[in-house]
Amino acid sequence: MDFLYARSWDEALAAKAERPDAVPISGGTDLMVDLNFDRRRPDALLDLNGVEEFTRWERVNGHVRIGAAVPFTRIINEIGSLVPGLAIASRTVGSPQIRNRGTLGGNLATASPAGDALPPLMVADATVEVGSVRGERTVPVREFFTGPKRSVLEPDELIRAVLVPVADGPQQFAKVGTRNAMVISVCSFALALHPARRTVAGCIGSAGPTVLPTPDAEQYLEAELADRRLWDSRAELDEAVATRFGELAGAHARPIDDVRGTADYRRHAVAVLARRTLQWTWTEYRRAQR
Amino acid sequence: MSVPTTQRPTGTETATGRLGDITLLPDGIPKVTGDFAYSSDLWMDDMLWGVTLRSPHPRARVRSIDIGAALATAGVTAVLTHEDVPGSKYYGLEIADQPVLAVDEVRYTGEPVAIVAADHPETARRAAAKIVVDYEVLDPITDSRAAMSPDSPLVHATPTQDHYPGGGNILRHVRIRRGDPTLTADVVVTGEYDVGMQDQAFLGPESGLAVPAEDGGVDLFIATQWLHVDQRQVAESLGLPEDKVRLSLAGVGGAFGAREDVSMQIHACLLALRTNKPIKMVYSREESFYGHVHRHPATMRYEHGANRDGTLVYVKCEVVLDGGAYASSSPAVVSNAASFAVGPYNCDNVLIDGYILYTNNPPCGAMRGFGAVQVCFGHESQMDKLAAALGIDPVELRIHNAMAEGSLMPTGQVVEGAAPVAELLRRVKDAPLPAAAPTDSYDLRALPGGVSNTTHGEGVRRGVGYAVGFKNVGYSEGFDDFSTARVRLEVVGGELVATVHTAAAEVGQGLITVMAQIARTELGVEQVINQPADTSIGTAGSTSASRQTYCTGGAVQAACEAVRDGILAMASARGLSVEGAALRDGKIVAADGAAVASVADLLGEEIVEETREFHHRPTEPLTRDLGAPGDIGQGAAHLQFAFAAHRVVADVDVELGLVRLVEVTTAQDVGKALNPLSVVGQIQGGTTQGIGLALMEEIQVKDGKIRNPSFTDYLIPTILDTPPMQVQVLELGDPHAPYGLRGVGEPPTISSTPAVVSALRAATGRPLTRVPVRPEHITGT
Amino acid sequence: MRLTFDVNGVGQQADDVWPGESLLYVLRERMGLPGTKNACEQGECGSCSVYLDGTLVCACLVAAPQAQGRAVRTVEGLATDSAGGLDHIQQAFVETGAVQCGFCTPGLIMATDDLLANTPTPSDAEIREALAGNLCRCTGYEKILDAVRLAASRRTEVTP
Repeated sequence: MDFLYARSWDEALAAKAERPDAVPISGGTDLMVDLNFDRRRPDALLDLNGVEEFTRWERVNGHVRIGAAVPFTRIINEIGSLVPGLAIASRTVGSPQIRNRGTLGGNLATASPAGDALPPLMVADATVEVGSVRGERTVPVREFFTGPKRSVLEPDELIRAVLVPVADGPQQFAKVGTRNAMVISVCSFALALHPARRTVAGCIGSAGPTVLPTPDAEQYLEAELADRRLWDSRAELDEAVATRFGELAGAHARPIDDVRGTADYRRHAVAVLARRTLQWTWTEYRRAQR
Repeated sequence: MSVPTTQRPTGTETATGRLGDITLLPDGIPKVTGDFAYSSDLWMDDMLWGVTLRSPHPRARVRSIDIGAALATAGVTAVLTHEDVPGSKYYGLEIADQPVLAVDEVRYTGEPVAIVAADHPETARRAAAKIVVDYEVLDPITDSRAAMSPDSPLVHATPTQDHYPGGGNILRHVRIRRGDPTLTADVVVTGEYDVGMQDQAFLGPESGLAVPAEDGGVDLFIATQWLHVDQRQVAESLGLPEDKVRLSLAGVGGAFGAREDVSMQIHACLLALRTNKPIKMVYSREESFYGHVHRHPATMRYEHGANRDGTLVYVKCEVVLDGGAYASSSPAVVSNAASFAVGPYNCDNVLIDGYILYTNNPPCGAMRGFGAVQVCFGHESQMDKLAAALGIDPVELRIHNAMAEGSLMPTGQVVEGAAPVAELLRRVKDAPLPAAAPTDSYDLRALPGGVSNTTHGEGVRRGVGYAVGFKNVGYSEGFDDFSTARVRLEVVGGELVATVHTAAAEVGQGLITVMAQIARTELGVEQVINQPADTSIGTAGSTSASRQTYCTGGAVQAACEAVRDGILAMASARGLSVEGAALRDGKIVAADGAAVASVADLLGEEIVEETREFHHRPTEPLTRDLGAPGDIGQGAAHLQFAFAAHRVVADVDVELGLVRLVEVTTAQDVGKALNPLSVVGQIQGGTTQGIGLALMEEIQVKDGKIRNPSFTDYLIPTILDTPPMQVQVLELGDPHAPYGLRGVGEPPTISSTPAVVSALRAATGRPLTRVPVRPEHITGT
Repeated sequence: MRLTFDVNGVGQQADDVWPGESLLYVLRERMGLPGTKNACEQGECGSCSVYLDGTLVCACLVAAPQAQGRAVRTVEGLATDSAGGLDHIQQAFVETGAVQCGFCTPGLIMATDDLLANTPTPSDAEIREALAGNLCRCTGYEKILDAVRLAASRRTEVTP
């Protein structure tokens, strides 16, 4: 096994171009488990810890541009108010030690449907900056995943940063695990209200081959909010609407039975999470008026 | 004897408490600095690493094993199979039915097939992957009830259970019959209950260092619960006399029953003798799930009959335990399950059948609570159900039927000494309840789901549940369960020093602290040195069955008394009057309290050293069912009983099935708290393992394969899953036990599980007949 | 490969490191510092918690070559400044009975050190959230909470 170091974005791209078989490593929170448990023996590792720009974030045109290796702890502490859904999700990741090392770049590259940061990135309409020696491109997170643990990343490509629009309305995230801390998601749900656009966005985590948007639920809710003129009145949301939204969201889940939970439970729990996160975000929206 | 370079795990004393004092652990300081040498920390300059190749199949014939490519790997020194086992190819705690390395058949997934020694663990792993094993895969036998059928294929083609008649795959069938179980009752409740396979999940993985010795023997530094039972099994398989197989206790990172059986001991010694190099073996967490026995999964059927006033008329119980592929301590576990199936209640008419089966599932054996845990979930669930059927308060129903001193066990044994079942229940019931959850604010960390942010109070219902349980202290059924201690008193550098030597395994429970407290109290000496435990002294028995303070504490007490008698004899020989004298504060103190002489002055250069064995009162085997009429499965099989009761307050998100415990209150009789700090620590820790079984801990096995061999998917409680714990310690001395003590370690693990589930039932109204309770059991989805 | 890094304030070098080794392995097997514990090797138990350039991490999840040129602080390096051999957190763990088998203890002490450095007077809820990545199988955590409270109170006395 070879170990490659990169000190800059260009060095990293050059290394990846020369050794497409090299597996990038930053926080190591997924990859090192595979190495320690003898599940994976890549021919080479490419260390990204030396690329300083990966650990920076900045505000750009109404977005937060988060370097691929900004750890979850810093997302919570430094930009939580700008990207609240992502911050709530980041707080549910592993333990303090894991949050100190785990990164958005890792969540995206691993492309697991259980990646806690992915549903909030989806509902925030984030985009991913990727690049290779061939050039750079941006990919909407909504188009990033192609299957379980598969993404549009080419073998010579690396993730550089994630562009997350600054929240334009309330955001929430909720995750079910069978323990009250340090637990992998049984299922999760992220919700964002976009009052200016009068749209909503929901996304299911860990109950399908990839994270799953919930268009039917979104359309239903947008129609209800419009018909009842709730965006303007900011009146209380009928519990029946929230329940129906939850049911529709649950119907989007494509879960399986596994060691962490049953498919039926996941469908049920997604519906509950969707209903609750809707009530939380709506309550926050109503309060924001005052 | 060679000694590894890393520091040995015991040092000089820093804590100087006497019996009953809050006394700090002498090994606490090296443990907080990182200097304490656990079995995985040992290291020698020229050592090699050993790794194990394990079966990927739960049941298969081994046609051939080709080690050629593995042995040819650069850096590899040895590759061994069953053909290289010079002595007995089989080992076991009670029945030698488990191959050191698979011979002609593998019987569970993860069974060791070959071992490799190399200069780096990665080299050894890569070489092990090159071993070619030709398996003929067979259909595994994985359903324990189906395995009972006479038509079932056999896990062991040649049954090994001669002395436990059962037949087929039945490793042992314990029948208990007393009174008339054909009676009818006003109210009858039946229930079926299941307990999943729990793992001890100690944090320090199986590990050790085997060092070849010049005399052709081997020195093994090992984390274990019982040095001498390891020594016997290692020596038998190496074909060496026991005196050439010397074991020393390395630091033990938790045990909870999982270190009763041999794991890598024989393998490391085989490799050390073959390579003539020290061999270090350390299991990974994944391998650890394959490397030790687990708590037996159980299926139980109960029928309780009671009068309208709640008096139990009869109890019938059938409990089936899945023993897995090898016997381990299963015969004793099923005996316990049967003994304690009714719970700590009076009932004159009982019919109990306990079965333990061979299957191709992972082998099960000892875990804290040892058979009593499973049936406690059954009988306490039944008592709640019966209380509901009768319309009686569940605690009052228990108190109404509570066992007391003089009660009869289902086995006919008279319960001697305090049996404060009613008082324990009253204490937990009378303890003040925690405040209701606030309705105007929330802290995620106090809610079900924690910081995963699943509720801000929605769907949360509070429930309160109770349970009481008991079990035996010490080994039962006639086993001579003794311990050995050597105590030396001498003057070192002008100071009186006592040295205590036993082979008893300190596994974190605080035994060496208690041994030093005993020596200080009995000998009136300040400075006590615990000599490292090893096999150069006689056996101490196992650190299990809540017995070690009883048995080894008793041996240390006896040896101290002998040393004291020696001192007094010396004094007497010098013309001093020592009638009724004791040793206190370095002096011989007469019965009237006057100091007679300084012990240090009296001793001078002399050393007084005594070795004593402590044998507890004998117990009886249960009578066997030999077709004779009358009561069967009877006998005074147990030495001592220990009781605990729990109250659990739980907040349950009934829509998501998530739980946050609010508070747990435990009341337990410990006879005499020799070290109150450790007693409370045992109760809190034991309670938490029961919480884990109730809420999350299960090794999930499908088709004979473990689906979650990792701490990612085998979950144990975190600090956000455990609530504040109130502990009430009773000290109702047992006149038969040293210092009146009662074993402490296991009872809190037994009743906490059903108490949690009882609280969940109260909050949800669901029957919840299986542990661990999963979210979908609560939501019904 | 060769690895040079700083461990507890001392420059160290390790040769013939297999690139797939974890920092945990290097500390335990090559640096002679087994105080950092190997309980799960998947970041789930916190027993191997160390500081990497001042950040609390699981050493099992750091590829050893990633520590090249960086500074690692382990439990063995915690009390080097104190006279009695124990720092106030270690002392509190001993005094409160927070140590049983002790295998989780070094990691918990590191996590407590990190907690108190950032939150000198934590609430119980803050303690629980901060230590949720450190599994203990013996104590049920009650006495660990006692230890952290005691250490926090003493720390406040020393540095008001």
